[in-house]
Amino acid sequence: MAASASAASPTPVGTRVPRGRISELWHDKTAAIGLALILLIVFLALFAPLIAPYDPAAQSIMARLKPPVWMERGTWEHLLGTDNLGRDVLSRIIWGARATLTIGAVTCLLAATLGTVIGLWAGFMGGRTDSILMRLVDIQVSFPGILLILLVVAVLGPGVWTLVAVLSVTNWMVYARLVRGIVSSTRQTPYVEAAEVIGCRPARVIFRHILPNIVSPLMTLAILEFTNIVLAEAAVSFLGFGVQPPATSWGLDVASGRDYLFIAWWLVTFPGLAIVVTVLSINLFANWLRVTTDPEEREKRFARAEAARRRRGRRRAEA
Amino acid sequence: MTMPLLEIHNLHVCFDTRAGTVQALRGVSLTVAPGETLGIVGESGSGKSVTAQAVMGLIDVPGRISDGEILWEGKPLAGFDVANAARDIWGREITMIFQNPMTSLNPLMTVGAQIAEVIEVHMGSSRRAARRRAAELLSAVGISGAERRLDQYPHEFSGGMRQRVMIAMGIACEPKLLIADEPTTALDVTIQAQILELLAELQEKMGLAIVLITHDLGIVAGLCHRVAVMYAGQIVETGPVDAIFENPSHPYTQGLIRSTPGLDADEERLTAIDGAPPGLLQPPSGCAFLPRCPIGDEGCQGPQVLRAVGAGTVACRKAGEQAWREAV
Amino acid sequence: MLEFILRRLFQGVLVVFGVTATVFVVTRLVGDPVALMLPLSATEAQRAAFAQQIGLDQPIATQFLRFVGDIATLDFGNSLWQRRPAIEVVFERLPNTLLLIAAGLGAAVMLSIPLGAVSALRPGGLVDRLTMSVGLLGLAMPQFWLGLVAIMIFAVTLRWLPTSGMGTAAHLVLPALTLALTPLARFTMMVRASMIDELNKPYVKTARAKGLGLTRILRVHTLRNILVPFLSISGWELIATLSGYTVVVETVFAWPGLGLTAVQAIQRGDLFLMQAIVFVIAFLIVLIGIALDILSKAVDPRMELN
Repeated sequence: MAASASAASPTPVGTRVPRGRISELWHDKTAAIGLALILLIVFLALFAPLIAPYDPAAQSIMARLKPPVWMERGTWEHLLGTDNLGRDVLSRIIWGARATLTIGAVTCLLAATLGTVIGLWAGFMGGRTDSILMRLVDIQVSFPGILLILLVVAVLGPGVWTLVAVLSVTNWMVYARLVRGIVSSTRQTPYVEAAEVIGCRPARVIFRHILPNIVSPLMTLAILEFTNIVLAEAAVSFLGFGVQPPATSWGLDVASGRDYLFIAWWLVTFPGLAIVVTVLSINLFANWLRVTTDPEEREKRFARAEAARRRRGRRRAEA
Repeated sequence: MTMPLLEIHNLHVCFDTRAGTVQALRGVSLTVAPGETLGIVGESGSGKSVTAQAVMGLIDVPGRISDGEILWEGKPLAGFDVANAARDIWGREITMIFQNPMTSLNPLMTVGAQIAEVIEVHMGSSRRAARRRAAELLSAVGISGAERRLDQYPHEFSGGMRQRVMIAMGIACEPKLLIADEPTTALDVTIQAQILELLAELQEKMGLAIVLITHDLGIVAGLCHRVAVMYAGQIVETGPVDAIFENPSHPYTQGLIRSTPGLDADEERLTAIDGAPPGLLQPPSGCAFLPRCPIGDEGCQGPQVLRAVGAGTVACRKAGEQAWREAV
Repeated sequence: MLEFILRRLFQGVLVVFGVTATVFVVTRLVGDPVALMLPLSATEAQRAAFAQQIGLDQPIATQFLRFVGDIATLDFGNSLWQRRPAIEVVFERLPNTLLLIAAGLGAAVMLSIPLGAVSALRPGGLVDRLTMSVGLLGLAMPQFWLGLVAIMIFAVTLRWLPTSGMGTAAHLVLPALTLALTPLARFTMMVRASMIDELNKPYVKTARAKGLGLTRILRVHTLRNILVPFLSISGWELIATLSGYTVVVETVFAWPGLGLTAVQAIQRGDLFLMQAIVFVIAFLIVLIGIALDILSKAVDPRMELN
């Protein structure tokens, strides 16, 4: 016996035009800066040979332990100073970007692929295969991360590709879990059940119905995991078990700079700063992306800013 | 005439969204007298829940009270400029029960603790005394085995029982006014009747005033003394319940009653009011119902004011005229 | 409840077994333990003798059984480097790591709850923006770098604190704070997000309609309700700390704990010591997992015993 109900709670028709993505990005300065920095770092990594002022391995007895340009004894020839072998810090950082991004990207790709395949398999097979695989995931997740890497490295010997392999193998679980979850829930939707009933082959079901649902969350996860990998690689290289000299890696440089902590602060500071900037800008941008692509989150963000503005206005009025 | 318990004067509430500011309440005025049951009827979006939330200080960002005032026993309770120092009144003299009792109760806290809490905080009782009183309350609302039930969690109760628990919380401090926001919407029809009966019983025993918010006219007919009809953030008609049902003045009220199917009706199709309520981002300055009103004209484009008609009020120049052909 | 505990313990045993097997496979089958542990200059005869000594000449199954048997009696052999039972070295260093973790994670937990709660109360406000910034920064900073920078600022330049090692309470400050930053950032974000979610739930509306003050709502209702997810996250952070952070932080500050020992063991190719460390840590991790599950079940009346 209800009254003729229609529209839901206040439905805005639209006096303000919702801003387009680009202008929203511009408005959120931190995210814009994040994106700019990401592009810069990718650019540096891609064009390292052309941009870096020096060969990162070039040693120079004359220019040893020079401080950055803005300190006394600094020179314009080495903007960020040099290390104990006279190698230019700026060039090493630029080349380090290449190492970091490559390792990160390759690892992410491998882990994501492996994880997705296993997740798809588990989700499709269901039953015992599924629970066995997921139990495997659980076990592996509880196995110590860096410690495992160190152990493997101890036995196989340090090196970049060992590192990539180990990082991929310890990283695939999150992808598997995500994919399996989506496959499971998507398969239970009526339209997929219908497709299976009329005889669509699993491959077709996967491609037409399941993959589109996977792409977006998978990418978000990959971006997040990328930063984890960057930090993991840096830590392992710092400990001496990752990238080996003469190759450069930010983590490795921090380790070398450690011996000169008391007299050459720039050796430790700048490579580390590069790591921080990379991870931070990716996180900022990814966070912004997550909020912006979800209308509910966008509305919440707006509401909070509004409330904060109102509180400040009130405080000022009372003052 | 006795002093009204609750008075709402010209209340305006708006919500700031990315798309603009939505005017949810546009000048709502109401009174509730001691011991009476006021029904507030309207469809989703009409502003009835927002009104209740405003009274209880539950309007949150991005919403705000932009004008008007709410008086409790003559003193300001909440409003545009008033500080919310009313915490002793909420939960104690005015209480509210909500639509969905499953989510409205803390799932990780025993039912007894949740009831006792109100008593401890507002009446300064000891834990033991509060617990005893909570058991009494559970019995009073019709839950047997109260002692045992006190230590159970909300998920161990059925829907109807949970609503009884909420009512128990609501009457714990013997309030003067209970606001019930769609208390039976989420319940089965048979349970609905039980809950409404319970409310009527409690009202008689405690001299409680009740504001019953609903979209269901049938409930209103059974329980309320007076009715207020809301549309698009405004009150369009008020009056004693019999008068509203037998002789609705506002075209919208007429339409509502007309579209309510009766048990003995032999129509094959449900009649509805064509169209939809206006969006409230840029509400019309005149009568909001005009686009859907069969008898509206240019004169209705100016603002409509609530005028006294009989024992109630109506906001319509054509109050009393038959809006739809099939007579009500 | 008892059944649940027993089942979890059994699962734990399985996991520990899995870890054992992995360690065995990795060390014996994949790599070459002999080459690892003996210096390059060792002769063929020496290698053969050594291989026989650790039982590499026997069939895999026998080796594995012997391995499992040894572990059951906590016999990991003698650390080549320290020339005493490996397990002894582990037990000697373990308390130092535990102290560091207690200080670091303890600080992180204690700071994150109020910070997260205050941020959640006024999202978008000053405290919130500050917290979010520090949080983002904290998650972006590699701990080894943070530690080194902290040493440069507080030990070298300001000379307030010692640069490394263990000894006085002052020695604990920098390592603990360095260890704490990443978990602190994660916890704070999590508390904040959970609190915001929780504060928006209908039952909080009911609580406010009951006229309850904010402190009471926070204390009795919302904080208690986010306890289970918080416990869960804490558990993960504890595990990550045990298996990752401590290695890095102890290395930076030369803190004599298991993490540093692990690195030193690898550098010296001391396989037995490595195995002992990995095993003990894996065991602890499994224990933590079980304790978490049991605790969660005890706190949340709704959780299924699965």
